[in-house]
Amino acid sequence: MGYPHKPHPKETVLLSKHFGEVDARTYKGWVKRGGYEVLHQVLTMEPSKVTDVVKESGLRGRGGAGFPTGLKWSFMPKEKKKPHYLCVNADESEPGTFKDREIMRWTPHALLEGTAVAAHAIQAEVAYIYIRGEFTEPYAIMERALTEANAAGVFGKIKIHLHRGAGAYICGEETALMNSIEGKRGNPRIKPPFPAAFGVFGMPTTINNVETLAAVPHILQNGAAWYKRLALSSPKSTGTKLFSVCGHIQKPGNYEVTMGFPLKDLLYELCGGMPPGRTLKACIPGGSSVPILNREESERCLLDYEGVVEQGSMLGSGGVIVFDDSADMVYQIMRLARFYAHESCAQCTQCREGTAWATKILERILAGQGKAADLDLLLDLSENMTGKTICVLSDSCAAPIVSGIKKFGSEFEAYLSGKKHPVLAA
Amino acid sequence: MSVTAHPAPGTEEYQPVFTGKILDQLHEILTRYPAKQAALLPALWLVQQARGWISDRNMTEVAEVLGLTPAYVKGVVTFYTMFHQHPVGKHFVQVCTTSPCNLCGAEAVVRALLDATGAKELGATSPDGKWTVIEVECLGACGFATPVLIDDDFIESVTPEKVPQLVRKYK
Repeated sequence: MGYPHKPHPKETVLLSKHFGEVDARTYKGWVKRGGYEVLHQVLTMEPSKVTDVVKESGLRGRGGAGFPTGLKWSFMPKEKKKPHYLCVNADESEPGTFKDREIMRWTPHALLEGTAVAAHAIQAEVAYIYIRGEFTEPYAIMERALTEANAAGVFGKIKIHLHRGAGAYICGEETALMNSIEGKRGNPRIKPPFPAAFGVFGMPTTINNVETLAAVPHILQNGAAWYKRLALSSPKSTGTKLFSVCGHIQKPGNYEVTMGFPLKDLLYELCGGMPPGRTLKACIPGGSSVPILNREESERCLLDYEGVVEQGSMLGSGGVIVFDDSADMVYQIMRLARFYAHESCAQCTQCREGTAWATKILERILAGQGKAADLDLLLDLSENMTGKTICVLSDSCAAPIVSGIKKFGSEFEAYLSGKKHPVLAA
Repeated sequence: MSVTAHPAPGTEEYQPVFTGKILDQLHEILTRYPAKQAALLPALWLVQQARGWISDRNMTEVAEVLGLTPAYVKGVVTFYTMFHQHPVGKHFVQVCTTSPCNLCGAEAVVRALLDATGAKELGATSPDGKWTVIEVECLGACGFATPVLIDDDFIESVTPEKVPQLVRKYK
C-alpha cells in the first residue's frame, strides 16, 4: 500500500499489506497473521521441489537485474559437497529506492521467512542478511525479530545472521557484497566464476534481494499458477512490485501494483500527480542507474520488465524519481554523476576517471564555464564508461548523462550559450 | 602514515577496546563466520561505538585480534565512509543531498543545520565540540525527503523550518 498513505483500490497489496502495523513486527503478531505457516511446510519438502515452484511462478529478481529467481537457485550444486550460503542483499542504496527499508521496518518476519525458504531450497545452512550501515532502524527491528524467531526455533537447522555495512553503495553489487562480508574492501569481482560456483568464502552462494525473498512465501502458499496470473501486460513479468515514488510528487511513498501497471496511473492517480500548478517533465522509472524518460515516454510506459525497456529505460529496482517542469535537469544529472563519482570503488580506470571527469564537466557547464564541445565530450566519455568495466557502476553513471543530453539537450545548450545564469560558482 | 601499537610520545598509555564485554561480543560474532577476517567490519563497528572514532592504534589492535596486518585493516577502514578516522563532534549529522532529496530542497536543510548547530562548514566540528554535519549520498529514504541521520537516530521529512527544534532536542 502507499505507505504512509491509505491503500489505493488499484493497488494489489501482498508484500505491503501489513505496512504501518506495529504489531506485525513481533513474532506473535506475525504468526497471528499467518506467518511461518509456509516455512513449516517448506522445511519438509524436497529442496528441488521448492525451486521448481519458484521457477514456475516466473518471479524475477527485484533488486534491479530482473534475473529469474528459480533459475538462479537451480544453478546451485544439486549434490552438496561443500557448505552452501545464501546472502540477502539489504544494502538498498540506489537513489530513488526505499522499498526494502519498508519491508524490513514493518514486516521483518516476512524477510526472515523468505530467507529461510530460500536457504532450504538451495541447501544453505547459513544465510547472511547484509543491511546497509545507515539503516539503523531497520537493523534494530530485524535484530529483534531474529531473536524472537530464533527463540521460537522456526528455522530448523538454518542459521540466519545480520551483517552491517559501513557506507558503500557498491556493496549492493553482489560480488562486492560477498567481499564485504569476508572483511574486505567492497570491490566487485570479475565473473566468472559465478557465485553459484565460487561465492562467499569461496563456496557455492546465492544472492537475493529483500523484496524477492519477501515474495517467495506468498508463491509457495498460493501456488505458481496464482502468481503467474498476476500480470497485466507481459507474461514474462509476473507478480506484484513495490514502486518507491519520490521527487516532485504529491504523495511520495511505496505503492504495490501488479506487473504491467501503467506508470501514468501510478503518478497521476495513486500518487496524486505533481505539486499544484506543475506538470511532468521527466521520470526515472527504476532507480538512478537507468535512462531518464521524458513526459511522453513516461505516460506511455507500462511498469514491467518488458514495458519499461520498450520506452528505452529499465524497470531496475522500481525507484521512481519524478521531475516536474521546475526541475533543472542539468543540475540533477550533475548530482547523479557526483553520486557515482563518490561511490566508485576505483578499481577500473573507466569508472574511477570517467565518473570524476563527467562530474567536473557537468559542474563546469553549470558554472557557466562550459565549452561548445562539452556535450560531445560527455557522450564520448559515456561511451567509454559503458560495458567496459568489472561491474555496471560506470554504466549507471553514463545512463542519465546520455539520456539527459539526448532528451533535454536544450537545457544544456542554455547554460553553454549563456542564456541561463550559472548556478554554481566558477 | 605510521601505524604503531606503541603510544606516541607524550600520550597516555593505550587502553585496549577488546576487553570484558566487548571482547565477549567479538567472540560471539566470530562464531557466525567460517573465517576470522569476516568479523572485521563488525569489530570496527564495536571500536567506533566504544570510542567514537577509529584511531591508528585501534586499527592495530583490531589487526592483532583478528590476525590481520594494520595496513590491511587501514585499507578496509578507508574504503567505508561511515568509519571515522578522526574524532567528530558529540553529535554526528548526515544529511542526504542526492537527486530525489535535492529536488525536495535538501540543500536548504543542510544550510539550516550548519547554521543551527554552529558547525558552519561541512565536515567541520562546531566550536563547542558538539556538532559535525556532513552531506551524504542517498540515505535510502527518498520518499521521506529530507532524511537526516543524527548519531543512530534516523529522522524523516526534515525541512529547514523543523531544524532549530530538532537541534534543540540534542543540546
